[in-house]
Amino acid sequence: MSNVKSGLLYSKSHEWVQVVGDVATIGISDFAQAELGNVVFVDLPEVGASLHKEKEFGAVESVKAASDLISPVSGQVLEVNAGLVGEPELLNQDPYTHWLLKVKLSNIDELSKLLDAKSYEAFIK
Amino acid sequence: MENAIFKTCLYDSHVQLGAKMEPFASFLMPIQYKGIVVEHQAVRNNVGIFDVSHMGEIRVSGPDAMDYIDYVFSNEIRTKLPGQVTYGFFPNPQGGVVDDLLVYKVSDVEFFLVVNASNIGKDYAWLVDQTEGFDVLVANLSDEYAEVAVQGPNAQKVMQEAFGVDLSNLTFFTFENIELMDYPVLISRTGYTGEDGFEIYADPDAIVALWHHLVHNHQVEPCGLGCRDTLRFEAALPLYGHELCETISPLEAGFSIFVSLDKPKMIGLDVLKQQKEAGVKRKIVGLELTEKAIPRQGYDVYAGDELIGVITTGYLSISANKPLALALIDAKYSKKDTIVSVQIRQKRFAGFVRNKQFYKKNYKPKGESL
Repeated sequence: MSNVKSGLLYSKSHEWVQVVGDVATIGISDFAQAELGNVVFVDLPEVGASLHKEKEFGAVESVKAASDLISPVSGQVLEVNAGLVGEPELLNQDPYTHWLLKVKLSNIDELSKLLDAKSYEAFIK
Repeated sequence: MENAIFKTCLYDSHVQLGAKMEPFASFLMPIQYKGIVVEHQAVRNNVGIFDVSHMGEIRVSGPDAMDYIDYVFSNEIRTKLPGQVTYGFFPNPQGGVVDDLLVYKVSDVEFFLVVNASNIGKDYAWLVDQTEGFDVLVANLSDEYAEVAVQGPNAQKVMQEAFGVDLSNLTFFTFENIELMDYPVLISRTGYTGEDGFEIYADPDAIVALWHHLVHNHQVEPCGLGCRDTLRFEAALPLYGHELCETISPLEAGFSIFVSLDKPKMIGLDVLKQQKEAGVKRKIVGLELTEKAIPRQGYDVYAGDELIGVITTGYLSISANKPLALALIDAKYSKKDTIVSVQIRQKRFAGFVRNKQFYKKNYKPKGESL
């Protein structure tokens, strides 16, 4: 069974979002890392890049395949978790501690379209 | 039947072992159990077992069996002795490949063919179509046989301990009919990993019993199709649909040693002879990227701004920890150390042409193989 952390918002493409003020921290869910298997490479945008809701912003690659990262929100990248580039396997170990990006939200209303933990849990069943 | 999905006789065992199951060539197959990396390393350093019951088995028998195999199969078969296994292709009339396969020579009048799961129906129909003028019987036995592969440097040791047999005289690319746990099996010293090992064919009950004995009593690591692909890739063994297909010739793929052109008659013979004389226009080469990114099947390969080909298989190699790929490119650029780049998502990443033997194969010497 995948671990769905409560208190976070989730997208149907298996990213999680934690919001404080107008800053969103984005990662991938435990379900996503388990589906991917051994993560060997993370391709992330640069600080300052613009993200658009439901558009691809990078990729997480397992041994087997590349999987696009789809942005759950729109905004501008404030910070990138550079540690993941050297140790992508951290996403397998704890995908909720090891976030990908921090983003300044440009449209806070978009958050209402995301799933809460309970709905996401039902979605992946 | 288009969407029919089959289970192998080991399906329940895979589920019990916690395998991630995915459809592959109409079969629900284990992709991984503990993880691709652990399983890959088990085969490189110790021993692993694969369920490959999805593979197809076809028997060709009859007075003209040898002439017929010589006609439909690319490699030399006449001089082979009973008990030898030969790798090669079914060429098509355009010089492409219908499938790649192993031919087990039982006798001059009986051959056992092992073909790719994804091509069983196509191969069987193809073989039946070619029988005109030959006194042969072609039988698709794929539903009767299950198969496991036991692979790794300790394969012989573990097999001998587990079954109390001596396999030291079973040399590379030969086979025997023996009994394991009182079950009759066909066992060959062959594989698809670049390591020493065995492939065992028998009826499903026998394969289930052998699998359980090896996995539960002898701690042989169950390995999925995920690492089967990373292992074969590092050893530069081709996969149909990637390095081989109806429109790639075995000479372009770099496998001329498995194509005998000294035959009176063979499908595609004229085209292949022409290609050999004129030289091929495309070649499968090895690529190594100098920047960290992963080249994958279907990504475009460039020399400067010129599109020169496509990746056929690529990985961040588990054994070498480097981005490596096999690519089908314009032969003009196939020289070692030629600088190329690969388009990955929005960017191009630099690399160079290199030897495609990414991993030095670790076979038990003797015999002929890939």
